[in-house]
Amino acid sequence: MATKQATLGQWLPWRGLVLPLLLVAIWELVVRARIANPVFLPPVSDVVRQGARLVSSGEVWVGLRASLARDLAGLAIGGALGIAAGVALGVSRRADRLFLPTVDALKQISPFALIPLMSFWFGLREPAKIAFIAITCVFPMLVNTYEGVRNVEQKYLEVARIYRYGPARTLALVILPAAAPSILRGLHVGVFFSWLGTVGSEYFFTAGPGAGNIIIDGRNASRMDLVLFGVVVIGLTGYLLNVAVGLVERRVLHWRTQER
Amino acid sequence: MSELLQATAAQGRDGLRAGSAAPRRPWFLRWSWSPLRSRGAPLLVPLALLILWQVAAARGWLAEQILPAPSLVLQSLAGLAASGELWEHARGSLLRVGTGFGIAAVLGVSLGALLGASRRAEAYVLPTFEVYAQTPVIAWIPIGILLFGISGKLAVFLICIAALVPVVMNTFKGARHIPPAYLELARVYGLSRWRLFSRVVAPAALPSIVLGLRMGLSQAWLTLVAAELVGIERGLGVLIVESRNLFQLDIVLGVIVLLGLAGFILDKSFVMLERRLASWRGPAG
Repeated sequence: MATKQATLGQWLPWRGLVLPLLLVAIWELVVRARIANPVFLPPVSDVVRQGARLVSSGEVWVGLRASLARDLAGLAIGGALGIAAGVALGVSRRADRLFLPTVDALKQISPFALIPLMSFWFGLREPAKIAFIAITCVFPMLVNTYEGVRNVEQKYLEVARIYRYGPARTLALVILPAAAPSILRGLHVGVFFSWLGTVGSEYFFTAGPGAGNIIIDGRNASRMDLVLFGVVVIGLTGYLLNVAVGLVERRVLHWRTQER
Repeated sequence: MSELLQATAAQGRDGLRAGSAAPRRPWFLRWSWSPLRSRGAPLLVPLALLILWQVAAARGWLAEQILPAPSLVLQSLAGLAASGELWEHARGSLLRVGTGFGIAAVLGVSLGALLGASRRAEAYVLPTFEVYAQTPVIAWIPIGILLFGISGKLAVFLICIAALVPVVMNTFKGARHIPPAYLELARVYGLSRWRLFSRVVAPAALPSIVLGLRMGLSQAWLTLVAAELVGIERGLGVLIVESRNLFQLDIVLGVIVLLGLAGFILDKSFVMLERRLASWRGPAG
């Protein structure tokens, strides 16, 4: 039984590749049968060729590096603000009661609605982009941190009291570790939104280097092969970012699995 | 002395609220300032901000072109509403959200239920779907433009793409994580496949599905604005862009507030729906 499970396990991930391959095959067939207008659906080979050209010229890497730097800067600012505010609201009932309803209402405002305003206030360059990315990811970080801190079990706080921990030690040794799973859940959502914000900022603010340029250039030139390659690059990057957070999560929450 | 009395009284009430057996929290986690406990407390911060904003504008700390006074924002909004222009834009936006979200809800619940019901479907489809789920909706804009042109359909397409993700994922989780005891009981009763689905699986997964729909609606609302920024004939997002280009920041701010308010109301109505479902479901869930 155990060996059967193992071979099954080795075989399982490959099933995930069936659907993408099938889709590509259908795509190729549709193109060959001349059902679709090639302007809307270029042959697979065109997309691959464009991709290879951009990869070998290094254009993709330059863009990705710029985008990721932007993404991380925004995430760092938004994440720090979100965690700090989440801890404050979670720890203090006074702050909770005063600010939470306002936060609740503010987080309903689509960050994209702020773009015209931000372009007015901050211009269209890098600071505006990073501010926008920070805004997109601050609320998920805040909400999840708040929930994690709020739900710290009373008995942990009692232990902190028995040991006569001060605020700083209680926070660092009790509250934050207990809230870590929830904060990391927030990081998953935050990373998703910061990547959305990164691509959005590249799309709606003025162009600088970035991964979003591939799709913007493709759109401007009405070149679907470029656009499709750009979508694949952006999608895979988002997926890998999520995987990376998963690895961080496993590492940080290592003690949890040991405990059980 | 009276301060001390007040503080202990407040602690007493705190203790009552948390259940009489609840231990005292560490001193820095306690609080006692009774005016803040009134029902109006949540309104204090918005009110203070509003006053600060009005004062800042009235005193000319910031130029009117950069931050118009709230009274001016309200006035401009009222003007737009009176002329009927605001409703026209709002109707366009609501129609797009409704259509896109409706399509995403039907498709999403079906796909999520399929993934939840069949482990084989999950193995084949979920990895691809996860990559799709992590692709920012902005990346689809150029594809949408090339397919539909800059039109209302583009917004519906994008809204549908974005709202689909949370609906599918939550329906999937809800259908997959049904307590085994429920299924065993159903087997004991010898329920048919259809009855198993309609009597056990669907009700057990419902709260998760509603949560997914709520998150989907919030995604739809978020995406609406992004789609309309690209420029469509009528819509609240378009109104923002047009007003910005005319340097009418009062209208820009007003519409942003309106959009937030509408999203807030939609979200709260979903929360109420969730509560109703929870009360119907009882403590067993």
